[in-house]
Amino acid sequence: MRTTPKSTKPVKELTQAAVRFAGDSGDGMQLVGGQFTSTSAVVGNDVATFPDYPAEIRAPVGTPAGVSGFQINFASRHVYTPGDRVDALVVMNPAALKVNLGELVEGGILIVNSDEFTEPNLRKALYDHNPLETGELDRFQVYKVPITQNTLEAVKDTGLSPRDAGRCKNFYALGLAYWLFDRPLEPTLRWINSKFGRVPAVARANSLALQAGYAYAEAAPELTVRFRVQPAKLRPGTYRSLTGNQAAALGLVTAAQLAGKPLFYGSYPITPASEILHDLASYKSLDVRVFQAEDEIAAMAAVVGAAFAGAIAATGTSGPGMALKQEAIGLAVMTELPCVIINVQRGGPSTGLPTKTEQADLWQAILGRNGECPVPVVAAQSPADCFWTAIEAVRIAIKYMTPVIMLSDGYLAMGSEAWRIPDLSELTPIEIRHATDPETFQPYARDQRGARPWAIPGTPGLHHRIGGLEKEHITGNVSYNPQNHQLMVTLRARKVDNVADDIPDQEVFGSPSGQLLLVSWGGTFGAVRTAVQQAREAGQDVSHAHLRWLHPMPRNLGEILRSFRQVLVCEMNLGQLQLLLRARYLVDAMGLHKVQGRPFTVAEIRDQINKLLGDKK
Amino acid sequence: MNTATFDPVGLSAKDFKTDQQVKWCPGCGDHSILVQLQKVLASSGATQHDTVFVSGIGCSSRFPYYMNTYGFHGIHGRAPAIATGIKCANPKLDVWVVTGDGDALSIGGNHFLHTVRRNVGLKIILFNNRIYGLTKGQYSPTSEFGTRTKSSPYGAIDHPIHPISVAIGAEITFAARAIDTDVHHLQYVLQRMIQHKGTAFLEVYQNCQVYNPNAYAFATDRETRLDHVVYLEHGKPLIFGIRKDKGIRVRNDALEVVDLAKVSPAELVVHDEKAENSSMAFRLAQMHYPEFPEPLGVFRAIEKPTYEELMMGQLEAGGQKEGAGRLEQLFMAGDTWKVD
Repeated sequence: MRTTPKSTKPVKELTQAAVRFAGDSGDGMQLVGGQFTSTSAVVGNDVATFPDYPAEIRAPVGTPAGVSGFQINFASRHVYTPGDRVDALVVMNPAALKVNLGELVEGGILIVNSDEFTEPNLRKALYDHNPLETGELDRFQVYKVPITQNTLEAVKDTGLSPRDAGRCKNFYALGLAYWLFDRPLEPTLRWINSKFGRVPAVARANSLALQAGYAYAEAAPELTVRFRVQPAKLRPGTYRSLTGNQAAALGLVTAAQLAGKPLFYGSYPITPASEILHDLASYKSLDVRVFQAEDEIAAMAAVVGAAFAGAIAATGTSGPGMALKQEAIGLAVMTELPCVIINVQRGGPSTGLPTKTEQADLWQAILGRNGECPVPVVAAQSPADCFWTAIEAVRIAIKYMTPVIMLSDGYLAMGSEAWRIPDLSELTPIEIRHATDPETFQPYARDQRGARPWAIPGTPGLHHRIGGLEKEHITGNVSYNPQNHQLMVTLRARKVDNVADDIPDQEVFGSPSGQLLLVSWGGTFGAVRTAVQQAREAGQDVSHAHLRWLHPMPRNLGEILRSFRQVLVCEMNLGQLQLLLRARYLVDAMGLHKVQGRPFTVAEIRDQINKLLGDKK
Repeated sequence: MNTATFDPVGLSAKDFKTDQQVKWCPGCGDHSILVQLQKVLASSGATQHDTVFVSGIGCSSRFPYYMNTYGFHGIHGRAPAIATGIKCANPKLDVWVVTGDGDALSIGGNHFLHTVRRNVGLKIILFNNRIYGLTKGQYSPTSEFGTRTKSSPYGAIDHPIHPISVAIGAEITFAARAIDTDVHHLQYVLQRMIQHKGTAFLEVYQNCQVYNPNAYAFATDRETRLDHVVYLEHGKPLIFGIRKDKGIRVRNDALEVVDLAKVSPAELVVHDEKAENSSMAFRLAQMHYPEFPEPLGVFRAIEKPTYEELMMGQLEAGGQKEGAGRLEQLFMAGDTWKVD
């Protein structure tokens, strides 16, 4: 295998850069985006990514509807987001240019596959002219590269058909980007060989295309400078790149292993949660029992059954599926069985925006069932954090004998970041104490936290009946007694409130009191934290509280909220957490709301900070 | 409510009774099914702690409260899904589902179909009284066309579905029918269910004394019932009638009732519950009174790997292929890099 050629051109050092690859859905943009990410990670950068692709499997080729993009932010310091806008944009056709040009910073690098800017392709992209010829792109550094032709030329000796040869052009584009940002070719060459090893001609063609793209850039006189981003100072350890869904799947299986139990995962395919199902279905050697149910309802009902029988039971879904699961979640509340429901939120209502992100299921999680039906709710804050959040959700579910809802979102689920692989010794075992003593067993007796015993079928002498009807305190017999119902409703609510004893006090980033507090939850963490960091560096009196537990909330939250003149809740809905905070703590919290299917940019949050603090920078 | 019984051997029917008052109406067919099942469980050597009863919503679904085993009174229609979760979590358990015509075929129709096609090792008893009892008398998915009820005062314009036809359509491996009043036959069929490895489905013609009395009078009337039902026996010709003078044969590609005075028994359909092809079983399920006698007994009993066997088999094979399951390997999968 050839190593990366030496370059003779000057290198400019950067602390951070963001790149976006964009093309047609069939152009393999997700693939090269993934390769750029892992190569950047391997050279030691901190990375955060965001894929952006259409819901349709194959939207009409060459149209704006079919454009697929992948954005990577890589840096020599910690990055929390995939970047507001990109420093370099690679577009494979006119539609990709049209859809993505707004993402490129003024003066940014624009690499264009000029071969595809033909009359018919321009028409498909709804251009009535060729933007490469009008000067309208002059505010960018435009590099017109005949990527298609050059790729065909580079791979002509491999014997591939012109069609197959043309499919290598994404690797050619990746080669260009690798040159531009001084990345080594070896990790991708290795990957190509392991991925396409069985079809040597394809492996060779992709390798040749990658190298040709790199060589073209080195030789091209107009490309005069390349960029380098030094390794980040990350905590020592072994790292890998992880998407939120991969992390959630790993977290669930880890939790089951920590508990010494099988994992039962009942699920129905739904965007953007299906990868959790796919990943878990492949973990056969770790006693992961995956049940692809006939519908969302059955998936949740089976989870309740598996929990009754003693498995670590979990399901994953998105908003529309969550709506269907609520009935059986209510059953889990009534029967007080431990299980975890992961809701990877997407744009709603109804089918909404399946591949786009949103945070509008908070109320559905906290309030969305019939009756007084409290469920602990926890939200992950970044892709890799889905791992830790899933473990925490399982731990609380078992300790309190309750379903726990874990909120993720499309942005976290599809986005990725560097994950420091934990040593198993860093993980605390999850303790399970099943009831075994027939002398003392009472199905609805409670421990000091309010949790009832977990007595599983197969245990001699503990046979008992549970179900969705109201239970008599202690005995668990069916009871319609009015006082008993009031008591049981209160006990179930109190038990969930007690979870607050197990969650850490709310931390504040910045000063503990002052002019302005930004409050966020879930996937908005990165953008809000970056904005507050920047604002503080600019001397603004602003702090940040990011909520992990949404129900119950940390005990000290009210005090924190009251310590600031102004409170701004940033969330991707029309004010769901804002309303809850106002109702619960009687604070005049304001809201910053975005429901465009895309995450906040740092700039949007900084603008709002400036407005509230009178623009003093 | 739990009874500490550690000796699983020699349990009697009484050991399967709970201290809960049975709250079905007097004369309801449910009482008979409860009693027969308690007897059959005792005689089959079942234990209280390895047996689980799961139900949905409806009169029949109160069943678990009366069985001194593990029990789960679930939500409407979802019992097969809850039971599937239980069976996957612990395949050693004997898991029963008790359901009704509304629970299994209306709100739970989807779960029923898919549980059957997966051949999950569950024993499903459907109490078919052709009416919604607990909600006080609306027509159900098995109510006959034209049935007048509170919600169909001018007669139901829904056409009924037939549980065994549905189950066979979903490739059930064991389907049977019994009637609440014929207790010995009911016991026999329950025993056969216990012996079956995959999904065992039993439809019980069950009388609702209050909202749909006499729905099955044709099959329970002591004087005439034997002219209106035919008992299925594996390997035997379909003969019925008080004087055993009638039979069923295939003519012009259809079943017909024949008089044995005129037709030789050699021409009759010989029941084969083990037939791989389910088309004859389906035809039998399509025999309705008054055109035909309605079959009672085992329609189909074939062997097929169960869902939980296949699931555990994959786990075992996966464990052998990937070596002893280790989290570290999973963590390290894909491209990793070291930071010093």
